[in-house]
Amino acid sequence: MQAVLEFTKEQIDEVDGLIDRYGAHPSGLIPLLEKVQELLGYLPLSIQEYISEKTHISPNRIYGVVTFYSFFTMEARARHRVQLCLGTACYVKGADAMVEKIENDYQINFGESTEDGRFTFEKARCVGACGLAPVVIIDGEVFGKVTVDSLDGILEQFA
Amino acid sequence: MNTIKDIDLIRQKAQQDDADQTCIYVHMGTCGIASGAMSVLGAIKNKIKEDGAAKDVKVVTTGCAGICSQEPLITVKIPGAEPVIYKQMDEQKVLRVYESHVKGDSAVVEYALARGMEYQIKERKASAGHIPGEKVMTAEIPGIEELPFFALQELRVMRNRGLIDPAKIKDYIGRDGYQGAIKALTEMSSEEVINEAIGSGLRGRGGAGFPIGLKWKFAAAEKNDIKYILCNADEGDPGAFMDRNVMESDPHSIIEGLIIGAKAIGAHQGYIYCRAEYPLAIETLNKAINQARALDLLGENILGTGFSFDISVYEGAGAFVCGEETALMRSIEGKRGNPRPKPPFPAKAGLFEKPTVLNNVETLSNIPQIIVKGADWYKEIGTEKSPGTKIFSITGDIENVGCVEVPIGTTVDTIVNQIGIVSPDKNLKAVQLGGPSGGCIPKDYMHVAVDYETLQEYGAIMGSGGLIAMSDDKSGVDIAKFFIDFCQDEACGKCLPGREGTKQMLQILEKIDSGEGSPDDIETLKVLCGVIRKTALCALCKTAVNPVLSTLRYFPEEYQEAVKTKVEMGG
Repeated sequence: MQAVLEFTKEQIDEVDGLIDRYGAHPSGLIPLLEKVQELLGYLPLSIQEYISEKTHISPNRIYGVVTFYSFFTMEARARHRVQLCLGTACYVKGADAMVEKIENDYQINFGESTEDGRFTFEKARCVGACGLAPVVIIDGEVFGKVTVDSLDGILEQFA
Repeated sequence: MNTIKDIDLIRQKAQQDDADQTCIYVHMGTCGIASGAMSVLGAIKNKIKEDGAAKDVKVVTTGCAGICSQEPLITVKIPGAEPVIYKQMDEQKVLRVYESHVKGDSAVVEYALARGMEYQIKERKASAGHIPGEKVMTAEIPGIEELPFFALQELRVMRNRGLIDPAKIKDYIGRDGYQGAIKALTEMSSEEVINEAIGSGLRGRGGAGFPIGLKWKFAAAEKNDIKYILCNADEGDPGAFMDRNVMESDPHSIIEGLIIGAKAIGAHQGYIYCRAEYPLAIETLNKAINQARALDLLGENILGTGFSFDISVYEGAGAFVCGEETALMRSIEGKRGNPRPKPPFPAKAGLFEKPTVLNNVETLSNIPQIIVKGADWYKEIGTEKSPGTKIFSITGDIENVGCVEVPIGTTVDTIVNQIGIVSPDKNLKAVQLGGPSGGCIPKDYMHVAVDYETLQEYGAIMGSGGLIAMSDDKSGVDIAKFFIDFCQDEACGKCLPGREGTKQMLQILEKIDSGEGSPDDIETLKVLCGVIRKTALCALCKTAVNPVLSTLRYFPEEYQEAVKTKVEMGG
C-alpha cells in the first residue's frame, strides 16, 4: 500500500482504527469521513485513495461524497475557522456588513485562508442561534449580536 | 429486564422528588449557552458549594425557555412561593439573585422577567393571577399570564419546556413520558395506532403538511420484514430552529414518537437524521437514546412486550437538499444526497429500497400525547383542516426572538405584533414564512391566519416554521436575491432546471439589483419561475421560485423602480 506522505504514521494508524470502526458497511462512509476529517483537518485525494483501498469503496464514490457535502474540505484549513452565518435572521440583522469588513480587512473571500495561516473564512448556513443574530462562529464557538465594531475584539482572541 | 411496573415506580418517585425542594433552573439551549449560560451555571454552583447548601438548593439544567432574546435565563422556585424567571443573567447578577431571593426570600425586581412558570399560566389566569397556596412575590414583577409572549402560546409539543433536564430520562418519565409508547405497545393494535393518528388530523410539520396517519397506513400495508422509520431532523431552512429546540430540550418525546410510529408500521430500526450544525442536539439525542436503552424502552423486547425497536442518530454533513426525503435516504446509505424521482414512493421503496416512513421532529413529538389523550382531545384546538399547534421560530426585526407554539389558525398579527413585537425603531415591511421555499406576507395582510391552506392562497407556505419579520431596510429585490443565492448554492446539481435555472435567476436578480436591469429582465424572471416550478426534479428547486414570485406579487413597484434608472438612461 502506498504511503500517505502528508501524514504521520501515528495519524494513519488512527485512520486505520476509524476504518475498522465505520468502514465495514457503505452507509458508514459519511461518518467515517467526518471522523477522519476531524482527525486530520482535511481530506486530500491521497487519503481518499487510502480509504478506498482499505474499504473497497470506489475512489470516485468517495470523491463524490467529499465534494457534495459542504462539511468536507480537500484543503488544509488555517489555524482558526471563522464562519459567518448567512441565515435569514443574520441577513436581516446586517450580516453583509460583517462579510464586507472581513473581505476588506483581510483581503480574503469565502473559502479562502489568510496568507499567515491564521484564519479560514467560510460561510455558515444558519446554526439556529437566530436569537443572537448576527452570529460569527469561530472554531465552533458561537458569538452573538456581533457588530462591525465588536468583530475585531472577537477576532483578536484567536491569534 | 425492566418492566412497565419499573417505569411506573420511576414516574412516582420523580413526581415526588422536586415538589418540596428549592430549585434553580438554568436554561441551557444553544442560544443560552452562546449568551453565557455556562458561566452563570458555574457561578451559582460554586456559590452553593461554598455555602454548603447543595442539599437544600438543587440546580437543574433544562433546555431553552423559549425567549432567546432574553438569554441567559434562570428560574427560581422555592416551595410554597411563586417561581420567578430572571432574564439576561451574568455571574454577578445570578449571585445577587441567590443572596436576595434564594437566601433572603426577596425577589430582585430589576432582573425579573415574570412571576410564575409557563405550565401555571392557565391556573393563574383562572384564579386571579396567583395559585392558591403559593406565596405571592412582589407585584412589581409582571405575572407570566400578563405577558403576551407567554400567555398567547399553547404548549403541547413544548409542554416540558424549561421544566425537565433533557439529560435525565426520569424527568421525562415524571411528566408522564413514555406512557403513550407503553399504551401503544400493550393496549393497541397497529391499526388502532394508525387510526388514532388519522383521527387526530395531525399533518406533517416539516412543510408539506401531509397527514401522518396516512403516511403510516401506506407503509403499514407493505409486506416486508424490514421497514424503517426515520426522523427528519435536518432542519435546513435558515431562520428556523424549532426542531433544534425540541431536540435539545425534550429528546425523549421524539424517541417516544418513533417507538409509536415503529409499532404502527412494523419497523424495528429507526434513524434520526440530524444536521452537523447542531452538535448539542446530536449529543442530547445520543444520551437520551442510551438512557432509553438502559431502561429497556429501546432494544430487544421493549419492557417485555415482545416488540423490538432501536434508533441510531445519523449526522448530516452539510447539504440543504438532504432535508428532501429521497435525498436524506441516499445520504444515510452513504451516498451523495441526490433526490430521485417519485414514484416509487418511500413507503414502498425508501431507505435501502425497503418500505420507509420519514417524519419530522415536531410531528413525532406530537404523537405521544395523541396516543395518551386521544384524537378528540388533539382536535380541540387549531382549525378544522389543520388541528393542533405549530411552533414558529420568530426572528428578524422584533423584540422577542424565540420559539413560540400557537394554535394553527392564529393570525400573523398575533404572532408578530403581540408575541414578537416589532422593534420600535423599525417599520415592518413584511413577514417571511417558510424559508427558501416560502414567501412574504406584507404588512397590510397581518390579519391572515397561519394555516396550510390560507398561507398558500397568499403565496407563502407554512413551511417548517421559520417566521422572519423584515423591516423596510430591505427591498423586495434584495430579499428575492438572498433566497435565490441560497438555493443556487444548495442545489444538488442533478437536474438542469435546478442547476442552471437558479443560476440564471440569480444573475438576473443581481443585474436588476445593481441598476443594470431592464423591464425585459423582469419578464424573463417570470418565465424562468414558471419553467423551474414545472420541471425541477424535487421540491427544493420547484419551490425555490416562491420568494421571487412572492416579492414580484407584493412589491412590483420595487422591481420597476430598480430597472427604471436603466430605462431613463436609454438602456
